[in-house]
Amino acid sequence: MEENILATARDIHGLYPHVHVWGFPIAAYLFLGGLAAGILLFATIYYLRGKAEDMPFTVKIAPIFTFIIIMIGLFLLVFDLHHKLYVWQLFLTFRIESPMSWGAWTLVGVSIFSLLWPLSYIDDIEAYLHERGWRRLDGITTFIRNLEHNWKIPRFIILTFRKYRTFFAYILLFLSVILGIYTGILLSAFNAHPLWNNPILGPLFLTSGVSTGSAFVMWLSNNHKERKLMSTIDMVLIAVELFFIIHMIMGMQAGPEVFKQAAHLFLGGEFTVIFWVIFVGMGLVLPFVLEVLELRGFKIHPAFPALLVLLGGLLFRIIMVQAGQISEYPF
Amino acid sequence: MSNFNRRDFIKISGASAAGVALTPKLSGVFQNFFQKEGKHLLESDAVKVPTVCEVCFWNCAGWVYKDQEDNIKKIIGNDDDPHSNGRLCPRGTGGLGMYYDDDRLKKPLIRVEKEGQQSFKEVSWEEAFDVIEKNMKAIDKKYGKESMALLFHGKTGPHFEHLFKAWGSDTMGEPAGAQCLITREAGFIATYGAGLASPEPTDVRNADCLVLIGNHIGENMHNGHVQEVSTLIDRGGEIITVDPRFSTVASHSTTWLPIKPSTDLALLLSWMNVLINENLYDKDYVEQYTYGFDLLAEHVQKYTPEWAEGVTTIPAADIYKTARIMGAAAPKTIVHPGRHTAWYGDDTQRTRAIAILNALLGSWGRKGGFYFPEKLKLPKEAHPPFPKPKWSWKDISKKKHKLAIMGITNEILDNALPEYKGPHKVKGLFIAATNPLQSIPDEAKIKRALDNQEFIVVVDTMPSEITGYADVVLPEATYLERLDHLRTAHHRQPNVALRYPAVMPKYDSKPGWWIARKIGLRLGLDDFYEWEDFEEVLDWQLKQVGSSMEEMKKEGVKLFPRNTPMYLEDGEEYWFNTNTGKIELFSTDLDEWGYDPMPVYKSHGDVPAGFLRLIYGRLPMHTFGRTLNNPNLNDLKKEPNLWVNPKVANIYGLENNQEVWLQNPKGKVSSFPIHVRITERIRHDSVFLPHGFGNKGRIMVNGKVEEMSRTYGRGISDAEMISNIEIDPETGGTGMRNNFVTILTEKPTKTEEKS
Amino acid sequence: MRYGMAIEINKCVGCADCVVACQTENNVPIGYSRDWIIEKVKGQYPDVFLHFESQRCNHCDDTPCVRTCPTGASHVIEGGIVKVTQDECIGCGACIEACPYDARYFHPDGYVDKCTFCDHRVQDGLDPACVAVCPTTCMHFGDLDDPDSDISKLIRKRENFTLLPEAGTAPQIYYLK
Repeated sequence: MEENILATARDIHGLYPHVHVWGFPIAAYLFLGGLAAGILLFATIYYLRGKAEDMPFTVKIAPIFTFIIIMIGLFLLVFDLHHKLYVWQLFLTFRIESPMSWGAWTLVGVSIFSLLWPLSYIDDIEAYLHERGWRRLDGITTFIRNLEHNWKIPRFIILTFRKYRTFFAYILLFLSVILGIYTGILLSAFNAHPLWNNPILGPLFLTSGVSTGSAFVMWLSNNHKERKLMSTIDMVLIAVELFFIIHMIMGMQAGPEVFKQAAHLFLGGEFTVIFWVIFVGMGLVLPFVLEVLELRGFKIHPAFPALLVLLGGLLFRIIMVQAGQISEYPF
Repeated sequence: MSNFNRRDFIKISGASAAGVALTPKLSGVFQNFFQKEGKHLLESDAVKVPTVCEVCFWNCAGWVYKDQEDNIKKIIGNDDDPHSNGRLCPRGTGGLGMYYDDDRLKKPLIRVEKEGQQSFKEVSWEEAFDVIEKNMKAIDKKYGKESMALLFHGKTGPHFEHLFKAWGSDTMGEPAGAQCLITREAGFIATYGAGLASPEPTDVRNADCLVLIGNHIGENMHNGHVQEVSTLIDRGGEIITVDPRFSTVASHSTTWLPIKPSTDLALLLSWMNVLINENLYDKDYVEQYTYGFDLLAEHVQKYTPEWAEGVTTIPAADIYKTARIMGAAAPKTIVHPGRHTAWYGDDTQRTRAIAILNALLGSWGRKGGFYFPEKLKLPKEAHPPFPKPKWSWKDISKKKHKLAIMGITNEILDNALPEYKGPHKVKGLFIAATNPLQSIPDEAKIKRALDNQEFIVVVDTMPSEITGYADVVLPEATYLERLDHLRTAHHRQPNVALRYPAVMPKYDSKPGWWIARKIGLRLGLDDFYEWEDFEEVLDWQLKQVGSSMEEMKKEGVKLFPRNTPMYLEDGEEYWFNTNTGKIELFSTDLDEWGYDPMPVYKSHGDVPAGFLRLIYGRLPMHTFGRTLNNPNLNDLKKEPNLWVNPKVANIYGLENNQEVWLQNPKGKVSSFPIHVRITERIRHDSVFLPHGFGNKGRIMVNGKVEEMSRTYGRGISDAEMISNIEIDPETGGTGMRNNFVTILTEKPTKTEEKS
Repeated sequence: MRYGMAIEINKCVGCADCVVACQTENNVPIGYSRDWIIEKVKGQYPDVFLHFESQRCNHCDDTPCVRTCPTGASHVIEGGIVKVTQDECIGCGACIEACPYDARYFHPDGYVDKCTFCDHRVQDGLDPACVAVCPTTCMHFGDLDDPDSDISKLIRKRENFTLLPEAGTAPQIYYLK
């Protein structure tokens, strides 16, 4: 028999029996970051491909949400800090080695551009809303237009943005890719947790983030063509995700003992059911099947698979944050 | 006050307090102190005050470091101190928690009854002294002063010993005797005419071989000894540890002999057999200094290693091997006497065997064996001669136990029982800095003795089990706030160490000397207290040996030159303080008094079916129950575990960290549960329980509960489980290791305790 | 200059003096600790092996904690001592997640706290509090870069191991068998 025990009491919150300093806020933050990246990725790509008019929701409307999504994410991040009053310290330095650092900077960039992007489309947005009989938001659109008309600096900024939209679209595309990658590799930067310490996790998170982005558009768009396209893209992304998951777990199984133990969390360990049945089953396979059926003409409300993908994406991050912290080197 | 049933009081207070106690208490003062922005205390900003540690009996000298605002920040050992060599143990380092503990007794309390409910009431010191004066005088008038007994421990004790002797009672005892080391002292006195006292003069620093009989050094942090054992490991010396448990020091030993519990004497006798039959003993030494070798040689012939193998389960080959190792290293071999030796009721004989082994190895008075310690002789302050009491502790215990060299606490309490009809009745108790309900075995009996008292005073720093039985509770200042007698314990070099108050006493607590003196003045003992401040006494004493308070406040510890050699010279004439003037392998005193003159092995029986032997011991970060609530030390270890072997866990179906209760053969179930630790460090027929936990002391003060909130109800008290006490006939020591328990996995339904 | 520690596990009794000395020296609040004791038991009665490890920040050569810190609050000072600047720390927990030894924790005031090798004492030529107090003298502190330092000699002479070398952090606390 072997014993490795802590001989002195050290019941510091969040340290024993395993590190647990990150919980739902970080998981949600990663999810929202990935979602925002996915939405912006589609908006900028289809804009650059000249599809702004064909896919108005993807390009013009969906980005409105990204600013809100990022603000919620940032709020969660700051909420989760233990030394909140010092949060400004993040922006006194840029540390390329720390994903947390360049992630924070990226988020600032993305949030600025994701605010400007819809502002530059304010007329189109108002038209889109009126088309659908939505007049409740007229106050806001009018306010923004007044801002643009009566104030020099906002006018200058918005006009410049509108004028050089293509240029800014490239920047935003670049930033959203960085954001997606960031939410993916944040966890894998922590070698102390074998579960996170694998090269597949980054691409997997990125794929999942883009997938949630497509699901989001699929869910809220009224345009049938847009929906169908997003549904197809989402199916491909889900297939890629499934491939990555199998690949990741097989890779861990082939590794040293600590990695095997990490894999065991999903292969008989405490996360087995929630991972395979709830996340993979209900969050990936089921929406995949529903999307296939829908494409084949079955009547399925598109919100159904989309919400499953979104909830699955959030659950996946919760699972990975929790399980990763349990996966530790033995002391 | 005698009509109050104290047990009722506890029950009432316990029930009405249950809700209150469940809310964890934030230790306000303490946390505020530590949460101050953590700038380090610079040496140049620190105020240093000398202290002598009181967290255990080793009494290491150290320095209290304060910041400029008079906050105690840390305690560090005094480099000149032979007890600590500048390095305190965890308890000494964490001693400041004794001072900061906000569960301390804060004000004098007296017992009052209101509408049938008993509670304590906070009163002024003068009011408390009124009650004490009235009641002590009443007991004197009714039964005589002798019927007021004193139980004490530690450096608080001497203040009250002085008070009691001045008043005219010598009915006193401390658990450090019968419950700890009296049997060892007796065994060595019977052999060498000298006891060991504290710290034991074992020259481990120079030894080549150390034999430990159940001595879990390193878990008992006898500081100086732990340090010296470490040097022995450095030098690659032999350490032979005999213990049924794989103790920490067993893991550091060159040989571990996992003995069957209660058979140590068989092993010791068989070692004598090998040493003698293989001529490994020190012939010149034995011939010159010992008496009765031939008798011993004949006596141990039947105790062969082969016989011992059957008794102890230690292979005969290992017994031969270890005896040869001991012989080869002699005289630099120490068979360590141990400290808490009250085990099986033949403890004087077992420690005698240890003493005899050391004599055969020639290690007494030899370098690397036992050195001759020297103690600074400090003149006592002048006072009139103490009145002679009509009877004393000697009349209670000396007739029964010829080797009782100090008051036997449990027998003093026997005389306090209602059924005691003899002439030496104890009707009042003064209890200073000890908690008999944990330190003396047989809780039920002690409770009956307490109920039968007409008056009980408790002086302590913390509320404990005993506090709830008191009529008057006096809050004592902790060692960091008070002046006590100078430490002059013997050592390699005579020395004196000063404990000086580092800060003013917190709350309304007062130093022991002040309390004792005030009571003394109330009792008209002015002649014995001609000083006003105890500092005057110490200053006078120090001046007699060429020092002063002034010097000691700066130095903390002062060493003096030896007057005699530390070891025997080769062939030196030496007179031992025994009847024969020699080391008595055959004890003439024991023979005359009708005890075994040489140790005889007697079986202590086997573990009863369905039970496990209860082995109790220490944790390095705690000293008995007194440190459990110290915030710093509690932080290191809050709760003990019950150690069980995997095989036992299998039988009982236990899982690691499972909550269980214990039950002893008399049906007594532990008050609280404990978490199981399944470990290979313990035998399959035993369990191990750290001593001192399972605190259930709780008092009502002005309708509010006071208790040791950090430790109340945590773990199981071994004292509560001990039902079988085997009295050592020579000394009255209470053997507590022939006790058994069974493990209950279900919370037992609460049954009324039979008393 | 490269500070490190060597701990003789054949002498350590796991008394936790190092823990409480650290707490009082560094004002570590009750309930928290920068160092701790691990007890390791192997074998089957009566062939049992036991040792204690006094553990703390390993002041690694390769510091994932410093790398992941977004503000630079976690940094390395002269001698390889890893420290946290309280006023730069935002309490994001990244360094806690990055440390394979669980050596860091949130101080109740919010910032991350950890062992500093008592650099304030080391500057004055003293040993860290844990080393200075150890009753068994099983702990040694010194300059690993100096081949003539006591600690370098000890590590050369004695069979030793470090904790989790497989985590790739190059820890600088050596346990001597």
